[in-house]
Amino acid sequence: MQVTPELDARFRTAALGESLVDVRYDLVDSPVGPLFVAATDRGLCRISYSPEHGEELVVRDFGVRLLRSPLDDVRRELDEYFEGRRRDFDLALDLRVAAFHADVLRELAAVPYGLTTTYGALARQVGRPSAARAVGTVMNRNPIPIVLPCHRVVGANGALTGYAGGLDIKRHLLRLEGAALV
Amino acid sequence: MMGMVTHAPIPPFERFYLAHRDEVLGYLRRLLGQRAEDAWQETFLRALRAYDRLQHGRHLRAWVFTIATNVAMDELRAKPVNGLHEGDEPAVELRQDAFRELEHLTHDLPPTERAAVVLRYGYDLPYAQIADALGSSEDAARAAASSGVRRLRREHAGHA
Repeated sequence: MQVTPELDARFRTAALGESLVDVRYDLVDSPVGPLFVAATDRGLCRISYSPEHGEELVVRDFGVRLLRSPLDDVRRELDEYFEGRRRDFDLALDLRVAAFHADVLRELAAVPYGLTTTYGALARQVGRPSAARAVGTVMNRNPIPIVLPCHRVVGANGALTGYAGGLDIKRHLLRLEGAALV
Repeated sequence: MMGMVTHAPIPPFERFYLAHRDEVLGYLRRLLGQRAEDAWQETFLRALRAYDRLQHGRHLRAWVFTIATNVAMDELRAKPVNGLHEGDEPAVELRQDAFRELEHLTHDLPPTERAAVVLRYGYDLPYAQIADALGSSEDAARAAASSGVRRLRREHAGHA
């Protein structure tokens, strides 16, 4: 006995309508592969390049009542970004990270489209000039890549250094934005 | 250390839902016919309401059948099916192929017998879990299934 798509959609709508869901997620196709995206009532809380691990990540941070559900605003803004029609995101974010991470991510969010900065520069901006390596860790654990543009952070010599989704994706995003690459 | 306590993590609700939604709908169809869809939705909403209070991820299949049974019982009691209570008769069992022949007659069983028979023979749940689903003792669950089987056989003989 198979549940029809209509019945399934009715249940998901009812569950969201009753606010019974901790976190909902969706999979969004993109030129850099399928993206796992997740949101709480407060806003977008996770983008992951590894859809197979996304569920565990958000359940750990936001609760076990996870339900798949279309995230239309997130999908639309990501589509526009990848088509080169959007430079800034207007999405509300639900960021639950330690204070240092929050400080660094706030500075990161201000790095303009198409430009790059360095780990050391971000460290100086948050008043911890010797913490470039710790900034690297914050980038590595960035819960909302693309929207919080850790791809715009490069090494002091301009080398791409690293990226959670892999350097090919970092290069793709920077080319899309027209950034000068070393 | 306590030892021997197996840790069964609670799966994300989405995974639990996908694993059980079809068979729960099938179960409720067997109990409620066309009225099953509303009961099915109510079952998973109740599960979701309780989900963050689960202590572990064991026996989730039996757990959702319990909820579905409660929802179906409420529905069936609102529109009761009459039936006499059987006395103490020896327990009877049914083979699964025999159940498939008789299953179309389960609609005429009283609600508790119907749930017990369908859980036992349609879903192969052990009596301990059926007892949980029915909120009764294991003996009472066995008696309900037994009584249901006898009633099915009588019905079947009557139709033959």
